[in-house]
This record gives sequence, C-alpha cells and structure tokens, in this order.
Amino acid sequence: MSSSTNTVCTSHKLQRGLWLSTLALCLCIAGAMAYAQDADLRAPSGAVAGNPASIATTGGGTATFYLVGPSIAVKRDVKLGEEIALSAKELQSAGKYVAIVCSGSCRSVGFFVAPAKPVNLTFLVHPSRAPVGQPNMVSGVALPFDEFHNLVLAPAPVDFQIAGAGVAPTSHRVSTQNGVAWFHTNSGRSAGALQITASINDVSTRRVVQQVASDPCSLRIKGQRNDKGFMVETEPVRDCTGNPVPDGTIVTFTAKDAQGMDTVDAPIKKGIARAQLKGSGTVTISAASGVVMGNELRLGAQ
Amino acid sequence: MRSALPILLVVVTVLLMAVGLTAVGRPHGTVGIVSGSALPGFNSNANTPEQGLANFLIDVQRRNWDRAFSSVERTNDSVNEHAFIQEWTGSDGGLRSFSSLESYDARPLHATDTEAQMRVRFHWSTPVGPMEDVRDFRLVHRANKWKVVWDELPVPNVPSQVIPVNYLRWDLVTGGAGEQWGSGNVDAPHVRIVSMNAVDSAQGAVVMGEVVNEDTIPAFVNVQSTLVDASGNAIDDESSFDKILHVLLPKQVSPYRIDFPNVSLSKVKNVHMDVKATLVPASSDPVIGVMNQKLDTDAQGRSVLHGELLNQSGETVNIPHVIASFYDNNGKVVWVSDGYVQRALPPQESAPFAVEIPKSVAGKVQNFHVVVNQYSLHQS
Repeated sequence: MSSSTNTVCTSHKLQRGLWLSTLALCLCIAGAMAYAQDADLRAPSGAVAGNPASIATTGGGTATFYLVGPSIAVKRDVKLGEEIALSAKELQSAGKYVAIVCSGSCRSVGFFVAPAKPVNLTFLVHPSRAPVGQPNMVSGVALPFDEFHNLVLAPAPVDFQIAGAGVAPTSHRVSTQNGVAWFHTNSGRSAGALQITASINDVSTRRVVQQVASDPCSLRIKGQRNDKGFMVETEPVRDCTGNPVPDGTIVTFTAKDAQGMDTVDAPIKKGIARAQLKGSGTVTISAASGVVMGNELRLGAQ
Repeated sequence: MRSALPILLVVVTVLLMAVGLTAVGRPHGTVGIVSGSALPGFNSNANTPEQGLANFLIDVQRRNWDRAFSSVERTNDSVNEHAFIQEWTGSDGGLRSFSSLESYDARPLHATDTEAQMRVRFHWSTPVGPMEDVRDFRLVHRANKWKVVWDELPVPNVPSQVIPVNYLRWDLVTGGAGEQWGSGNVDAPHVRIVSMNAVDSAQGAVVMGEVVNEDTIPAFVNVQSTLVDASGNAIDDESSFDKILHVLLPKQVSPYRIDFPNVSLSKVKNVHMDVKATLVPASSDPVIGVMNQKLDTDAQGRSVLHGELLNQSGETVNIPHVIASFYDNNGKVVWVSDGYVQRALPPQESAPFAVEIPKSVAGKVQNFHVVVNQYSLHQS
C-alpha cells in the first residue's frame, strides 16, 4: 500500500518537473524569436540553387550557426561580424531556407533559393499507340528541371515540334505555368512513328508515338473451292484512310451451309487473312474483324 | 463371456464385408441403372449384360488393362491393347491423361437373349473439375458370358509431314531501371466490353457478354463483376475465371461468363463491370477451325451445340477448350457455355466437341459464336 503511494508521489513530481521544463523552453524560444526579429542578420538576395551565397552578420564573438533547408540541416561555429559563407552544395535544393545564429540568444532569417536554369526536360506523351485520324488524340506534358532536379517554376517557353508520316511538321511554343507546359494534337492520317520533340533553351527531349491503323474499312472477301472445301481470303485489309491493318489482326470467317456452320479465326499475314473452310453445296461465307462486318459471299455447289 | 465380444465383432465385420462386396454393380435406388465406384467387384460371372458391363468397367476403373482387354469382343484386328489403353487413358498430354474414372451409371437401352445395348454415363475427375461423358456399349452373349463389343478404331497416327508456320508472334521487351521517366511507357491494350446481360439461372445469377480487343497488340484479359444491392453494398464479386478467352489477339472477340452461385437477381440493383487488360507476349498460332457447328438435341434429350475442332497448324493442342456465346433474334447474348475436349488435338486432325444449352434458353437461341481456347504443355 505504501509502495503504491510513493509511486504516485514520484509520478506527480516527474509530471510537474516536465511541465515546468517545457514551459521554460517555450518561454526561451519565444524570447529568442522575439529578439531575433530585431537582430541584424541579412539574408542573401536572389540566391540560386547550386550557387554559393553568404549571410551578413553584425556583432562580435563566436556563435553557433544553423541552416535548415528543403533537404539539408547544417550546424557549425561562425564568427559574428563576418559573412557566413554558404557553399554551392549547401544550396542545391530550391525552396525556403531558415538561417539561425545563436550566441546567448538566437536570431533567425528566412530566404528563398530559386531553381537554376533548366538543363533537363521531362517529357510525358500519351498514348504510346494512337489510331490514325483521331482528333486531340495525342497529348504531351513537359516539365523543366535544373541540374539539381529542382522543378523550374519561372515561366519559360517550351517548343513542341511534331513530325511524322502523314503529319505536316508543326511547332507550338507554350510557356510553362507553375513549371508545366502541355499540348494536344490530332493524330495523323498515316500509320507510322510520330516524332514529338520538346525543347527549352538548348535542351530537348524526344518521344515517339506509334500511329496505328484504325478499324478495318470495307472488309472484302473472295473464295474458291479446293479439294478440302473452300479457300477464302480477304482483299488487302485497310482502314478508312488507306493504312494497312497490322498483321496478326484477327478476321473471323464464317461459312454456312445446310449441314451447319464453320468458323475460323484467322490472323492477317502480309495484309491478307486466309482460311480453309469445309462446307458442301451452296455456302454463304462472311467475314468480320472486331465489330466490323465484311461482305457476304455465296459459293454454289460444284 | 470375455471372448464373446471379439467374436461378435469379427462375425459382424465378415457379414458387412460380404454384403458390401456383393452389392457392387447393383442399383443404388433407380431401377434399371447400374452404378459403379472405386469398390472392387469380385463377381466374375457375367450372367447378365449389366454384370458383364460392370465387370469390364471395374477393370477399366482399376486400370487392370490386361483383363479388361482380354474380356472384350473385338470386331477389328487392328485394335490392339495399346490402342485400347490409349482410348481410356488419353495421350499427347490431353485432358484425359490427367483424369481418372470416378464412377459411372449404366442404363440398358435394349436387350435380347444374344445381344444388348447399354448407355453409360461416366463421371471423370479432371484438373478442371468433374466431367461427364456418355457412351453406348454393345454386348453379346458368347460362351455363356456377356462380353463388351469393342469396335473403337485406334486413332490414326499423324503422318510425317512438314508444315511451314510463319504466323506473327509478339514479344515483350521491358526497359531498364535507369531509363528516363516517361521514355519507355507502353500503354495497356484497349479492351472493351461490347455486351453484357445478367440473368437468373438454376445455380444463381449469371453475368455474361462479349469483350473485344480493339488494339493492335495482344492482351491478357479478365472481366470482373460486382453485384450491388439497393443500399449500395456489394453482394458478391466474381471474375470470369476460365469462361473467357484470356489471350485476345487484335480485334478478336471473346464471350465471357461470370457465375454468382446462390445469388438471386431480385436482390441486385446494379452490376459493376470491370475489364482488366495487360500486354502479354503471344502468338497467332495455332489456328483452330470450328467446323460443322449445329444446334441439336442429343440422345438424352438435351439441347447441345456440337461440331468439330480442326487443328490447322503444325503443333499439338493438348487441351482444347470451347467457349460458345448464344444470341437471340435481337443479337443479345442469352447464354455462354463452355466445355473441355478430353483428347489432345494433333496437327491437321479434328476432334468432336459438344456444349450444352440450358432448356430455359434453348428456345430463344437464333445464332451462336464459338471460340477455342487452347492449352499447350510447351507454352506457359
């Protein structure tokens, strides 16, 4: 019983001590911050990422210097009255920094480090495959970064150049907004590679969009009898703008006769799909690719 | 008195064994139907067609091939024991090679003093689930015994030949880890559900339809469906599992069916559909033709779609899988059936298939579309 009482008393003492310590610390920090506002610490103006800068101080004696930035925290001894040199490495990340000098009391000053000039352009283009002849099918986003991977937020002109089969070479100049520039464009009329280049200053990045044929257009078939039944084949399969539909595309052939129905899913090879069908007597043959239907062919009995 | 209990136990055990052994091949409940199972049959006297068939099938079930083959009446000298065994155990990595005969039900069709015909429904256990197979047997009375007539001709050997194969194949090359952001993105294939229909069936709700690969590259496709009740809560979430052609080549259309066992559509307010497509390496070989498709009624009065699969390529298809969609006169998918073909499909050879249509939809069916999924042992 007595042991329990002692424990409670000790706990109360500890809590009171902690509370008083916290209060004292808060008062100190508040005092220091209030004092720091009057301190003569001069922040660097126009600091740029990756470039050295300095902070001017007044007074005399030694002090402890703290630098807290987006990806850095530094502590070192400095002499008051002299400039505090900040190395290029310490200022690689763009963003808000706080410099604190403590000598008896603490003084602080904040400053902003801007990104350096763009040396890298991240360029995202969508989609990687685009059917031909579609409005606003291709879009791209460019983000300029400096050599330290800081997003360059200052407005800068980005040139988008588009060239490829079936597309007249075009160029758009777009200014970045909050570090982003973007564009939309139609896909061309011919299948093939669409080269898209984004450039800013001397930096350029290239992406390729594969323009592919659209759905087959006017799928036409022809056929003839052979010893196994019917050999049926399509005419060269093209989309509505005349591009050959890629090899491997499936064409479904269907043959109906009095005995039943035959179907073969045949892939296009060298632009033409072929299938061997059975069937006897008068046979009606049709073809489809995806949701596109072709013509119907009636082959009579031999 | 102390030895009475062990003696009693021994006597009861012997009696039960005798009852159990003599009960093999006897009907379980339905008069005229002989059923078999894994229990050994010892009655070698084939005094009736039922007993003659039961003895034969028990030997087959126990893979006692020498005795089974010697007991049959052969009508053709070209039938040898190897071909007989292959008929039951399959070959070339077909589904039958991985199956075992679980049980059977035999029913007499007609019988005279010298000849009988029996219909047997086989119950196979297979890696893709239980399967049924119906086969008619003719039996003849020879030397005071009933014998099964074995007139099954051996599967002809595929002649040696050279079949040029130059179908397109798609391989997938992935970029390295050090690649610049956005430089190597390849979009997933564009796949679209073109139709969907939800119906109630005897087993529960069924969601079915068709899906098409609209892209120019192959896609691995899976369709998922979530049933949602009136308060917005999900009742069940299922996928198409094997009732879909998973690898869809460009512009290829596949039926899909998603079963929700023990769920009634009356409780369902919404159906959420989701199709997932991934870019995969694929080949457009083998091409399998579906020949002589016809809607018919089988010997048991069921509506079936039957036909023949013709392997038009140069490689063996180990396990062909048929998926058929059935349409009404408005072109709406009213049912999707599937079935595995138990035998491997050698190059340039054909094999019959049949898929069942439920009676409730058989009358509505106006048209159908069959696709063939294939599993080959040398392909992943």
